[in-house]
Amino acid sequence: METIKLTIDNKEVDVPRGTTIFKAAKELGIDIPTLCYMELHDMNIENKPAACRICVAEVSGRKNLAPTCSTKCEPGMVVKTHTPRVLNARRTVMEFILSDHPKDCLVCSKSGNCELQDMANRLGIRDIPGAEYAETSTYRKDTSPSILRDLDKCIMCRRCEMMCNEVQTVGALSAVNRGFMATVAPAFEQNLEHSTCTYCGQCVAVCPTGALTEVNHVPEVLRALADPTKTVVVQTAPAVRAALGEEFGMAPGTLVTGKMTAALRALGFDYIFDTDFAADLTIMEEGTELLDRLSRHLKGDTTAKIPILTSCCPGWVNFFESYFPDLKEVPSTAKSPQQMFGAIAKTYFADKIGINRKDMVVVSIMPCLAKKYECQRDEFSVDGNPDVDYSISTRELAAFIKQANIDLKSLHDEDFDDPMGESTGAGVIFGATGGVIEAACRSAYEMYTGKKLERIDFTELRGMEGVRGATIDFDGLPVNIGIAHGLGNARKLLDDVRSGKSKFHAIEVMACPGGCIGGGGQPLHHGNSEVIKARAMAIYAEDKKKPLRKSHENPFIKKLYAEFLGKPGSEKAHHLLHTHYFDKKKKVIIKK
Amino acid sequence: MSKYSMHLLVCGGTGCHASESDAVVCNLKDELEAKGLQNSVQVIMTGCFGFCEKGPIVKVMPDNTFYVQVKPEDAQTIVEEHVIKGRKVARLLYKDPQTKESISDSKHMDFFKKQLRIVLRNCGFINPENINEYIARDGYQALGKVLTEMTPEQVIKEVKDSGQRGRGGAGFSTGLKWELARKNASDEKYVVCNADEGDPGAFMDRSVLEGDPHSVLEAMAICGYSIGASNGLIYIRAEYPLAIERLKIAIGQAREMGLLGENIFGTGFNFDIKLRFGAGAFVCGEETALIHSMEGLRGEPTVKPPFPAESGYLNKPTNVNNVETFAAIPAIILKGAKWFSSIGTERSKGTKVFALAGKINNVGLIEVPMGTTLREVIFEIGGGIRDGKKFKGIQTGGPSGGCLSEKHLDTPIDFDNLVAAGSIMGSGAMIVLDEDDCMVSMAKFFLEFTVEESCGKCAPCRIGNKRLHELLGQICEGKGTLKDLDRLRNMSLVIKDTSLCGLGQTSPNPVLSMLDNYYDEYVAHVTDKKCPSGQCRSLVEYIVNAENCVGCTACVRVCPVNAITGDRKEVHLINPSICIKCGACMDKCKFDAIYIN
Repeated sequence: METIKLTIDNKEVDVPRGTTIFKAAKELGIDIPTLCYMELHDMNIENKPAACRICVAEVSGRKNLAPTCSTKCEPGMVVKTHTPRVLNARRTVMEFILSDHPKDCLVCSKSGNCELQDMANRLGIRDIPGAEYAETSTYRKDTSPSILRDLDKCIMCRRCEMMCNEVQTVGALSAVNRGFMATVAPAFEQNLEHSTCTYCGQCVAVCPTGALTEVNHVPEVLRALADPTKTVVVQTAPAVRAALGEEFGMAPGTLVTGKMTAALRALGFDYIFDTDFAADLTIMEEGTELLDRLSRHLKGDTTAKIPILTSCCPGWVNFFESYFPDLKEVPSTAKSPQQMFGAIAKTYFADKIGINRKDMVVVSIMPCLAKKYECQRDEFSVDGNPDVDYSISTRELAAFIKQANIDLKSLHDEDFDDPMGESTGAGVIFGATGGVIEAACRSAYEMYTGKKLERIDFTELRGMEGVRGATIDFDGLPVNIGIAHGLGNARKLLDDVRSGKSKFHAIEVMACPGGCIGGGGQPLHHGNSEVIKARAMAIYAEDKKKPLRKSHENPFIKKLYAEFLGKPGSEKAHHLLHTHYFDKKKKVIIKK
Repeated sequence: MSKYSMHLLVCGGTGCHASESDAVVCNLKDELEAKGLQNSVQVIMTGCFGFCEKGPIVKVMPDNTFYVQVKPEDAQTIVEEHVIKGRKVARLLYKDPQTKESISDSKHMDFFKKQLRIVLRNCGFINPENINEYIARDGYQALGKVLTEMTPEQVIKEVKDSGQRGRGGAGFSTGLKWELARKNASDEKYVVCNADEGDPGAFMDRSVLEGDPHSVLEAMAICGYSIGASNGLIYIRAEYPLAIERLKIAIGQAREMGLLGENIFGTGFNFDIKLRFGAGAFVCGEETALIHSMEGLRGEPTVKPPFPAESGYLNKPTNVNNVETFAAIPAIILKGAKWFSSIGTERSKGTKVFALAGKINNVGLIEVPMGTTLREVIFEIGGGIRDGKKFKGIQTGGPSGGCLSEKHLDTPIDFDNLVAAGSIMGSGAMIVLDEDDCMVSMAKFFLEFTVEESCGKCAPCRIGNKRLHELLGQICEGKGTLKDLDRLRNMSLVIKDTSLCGLGQTSPNPVLSMLDNYYDEYVAHVTDKKCPSGQCRSLVEYIVNAENCVGCTACVRVCPVNAITGDRKEVHLINPSICIKCGACMDKCKFDAIYIN
């Protein structure tokens, strides 16, 4: 590759042609500050509107300052990133940005985790001249089942817009209004609820400030814990244990399963269960459905819809209900693990401990914001009593633990409770892209062939590539598996399904880049994709450690079927563990 | 076909149109018909003559009689006196403001004497809705020459040699721009005409499109041939209904005659033009924002490179030129690069159209050779300052430009000289200010426009301009300090230095140039808390002149806020902390006893 030589801050560097000054400086260890720029390596995700103008630098021969994030290196270029002119410009622009930002850091949920706050500190801003008469741009706040928008705090970095439009292709958020009143909002400035938003939360995951945050459900959980008449059951999703530690200063990828369990017990939950258990259950149902559809398809039954699509991801479900309602018969009817858990907890388990479902509160800890919406869907409640009462994110759990004076790091590992705390490695890997379908293959292989699966790790299904495909040999039957993470990638596979071009028998879709480990409710990665990769490694490490690694081997799952459900796909299983989808193609509703 | 012995040219530009020139046309036609002259005298509605100050204009050909401020009811007199009896209507002739003499031929009027009309060659001369009139003035001959006698490279060389620089504001070489677009190979390329003229006081492009739309169409086809494009798009703001209407007619007529469309002049060259309407966002005059707007995206600029010549409309190589740039092209091709480059200054060739506005006698549209001085433009062509007031400054280049003062009057106008003086050529708006204008308020006025028109993408433009505007407001209210003047300068320089597109990079120009050229006035506002021109309300004080006051209590009674005290036959006193500066007392006083400090 052709390389070019340039000088940055008196240091020479060779970079491939096409490299930006910003990246060339990184090579030299020069970290040019920026607010809007963001790149997720290996995922093809880059945001560089050149809008914040914090990353400017002096470039020889150029009249004005250059935005380094989007200015390409030229041979012989001489760049200076910290001259008095640059520092003054950077500070002045930062003062502009801060002058139009609320000064309520003390009570902002992003305080301490805010890129704007960090930048103000880094640039040593101690005063905002003219603040006493400066008008600020204000907008009405918007709350939805999952996401809270406080656009007074928006700095127009456009990361959310890029995520929503380019990565997720959801198109719920884009810039509206002009000039000083410009902001990011759904079309016609509708509320998020009335837009095509899937609540995937990727906008929240990348928002540098407190403009986009999750709706906080910790107070409701606290109230339930304080109510002596309620039995509070908690379930934790696989991706949570791989990321929670980050909120307590641990390295990304540190598994904190035991400490998390101990913390939840200390917080006062009555039963600490695992969503991984429900993930194993999902495999039983979804795997059975896959085999059923596949064998009917192979026999020439044209009513058997192939490919089968996974349905564990609520953001993904919202997406196809909005954009592909014509295909709503294609995804598996299996509920998500969160909802399977709720349905079993409030029937089977409630009966077991002899309480009425109304006296049980099911809380889920999720890496996800769409789960908040999912548990509020009407079809997941019985007489107005939801199967899952509250869903809180990994971040909310971390905040809750801190509020309760619990030092997560010093806790001793504890185990989940029985019976719904037992899981296999297959349940764990649900947290990473490719995991659900790998788990399904592990069980479906044995169910279909009747033989023991020798090679448990389907490494060909793993990785960070946005759209992947692999063929798994089911003892002579080639099964074509497709995988997409990120809704934009899912759209590509869905378009093929719609046009009949898809060659896949089964497709796994996760709405968030990286799968649940990169979910909208996880500790913020601040644009560092290494964090997401480390979490994936942790998930697979946990899987490796498990004595049982196939869902159908989970003894408590076997017991559940024996005692309660009958067999996978039974009428009872259908009633409790399956759902149906709706046509939610959006019509424009102007409602403010 | 009838042969007319006389033509009555009536200005149909937007200004004259607003002053009922269409009724003048109707009445003239009716009168002629009543007298049975409809076959020997033709009434034609033309584009803008430029002399908007005295509109509506009626010009009688062949004797060149120039009637000003013609009302619909004057039609009868013109027909009866001038057309039938051959006597000029003296009361409708232009009177020289200095000599008070009537001038009947526009050639002898100061307004026209120093002008050289290349871009406006047909404006006010032909009927823009009739392609034959354009053709009669050598229209489409340049296209014919290009297609039959020249290679694209030769055309580009001719344009390059002419030294023409883009009239949209940045002044980039037109020929070079075409060359870059030509070099980028692609299955499809686009020629875009930027008609998103949006700065206050500018109406050059509109007048060209209203008065001579074919010159632009012809030039776009020439450009298409040169760069290898077969599609042209005109991005025009929807607020220009007349220009749009005339463009539609012109495109239709050109297509009908085979001058647009497939196989033009039988040469195998295809080129067609479509219109794209803008919603009147100033920032969409910036070429990348314009392209995004045409693509149906938000009108927002993006970083260059890539330049449109590499990746423009629909990611194809695109050449964007301004209306005025295009309009001169056919003349350059026909008369040659040498001729064009013989006009103007060393680095700015040809002529430039300016829209004169503000406190000047002859408001209107002018075209002068580059190198004409500001003094010539303001005092000779423009007829000097209105009401005999004193000249204070001239804002060139619209709100993105700077304000030049007395000391710059002898500056020859060209791209480089204006920049050196602290302003820009911009698109050519010129707003003249007199002694009554406050330079803090004026800077604030121009900023108000850019604050309104910022797209909001980059932080310095979105927030910085707002802060500049607020600080100017503070200064106008007497709340500024000397330190604030430094802040004003620093903010301005940073906004220029860091903004993404031309809008933000130039928006502080009025502030910086006015700070430079009228610093004392700014200091007066912040240290003495005085507005020397008396425009800043908060800084004026109403005072009773004890010598004149007879103690009639008239002012006491009229004051709406009871700020005035004093008994009958005693000198009254205005309490400045209560006074709201409404001026009612001064209006009421019969003894000139109240004055403004």
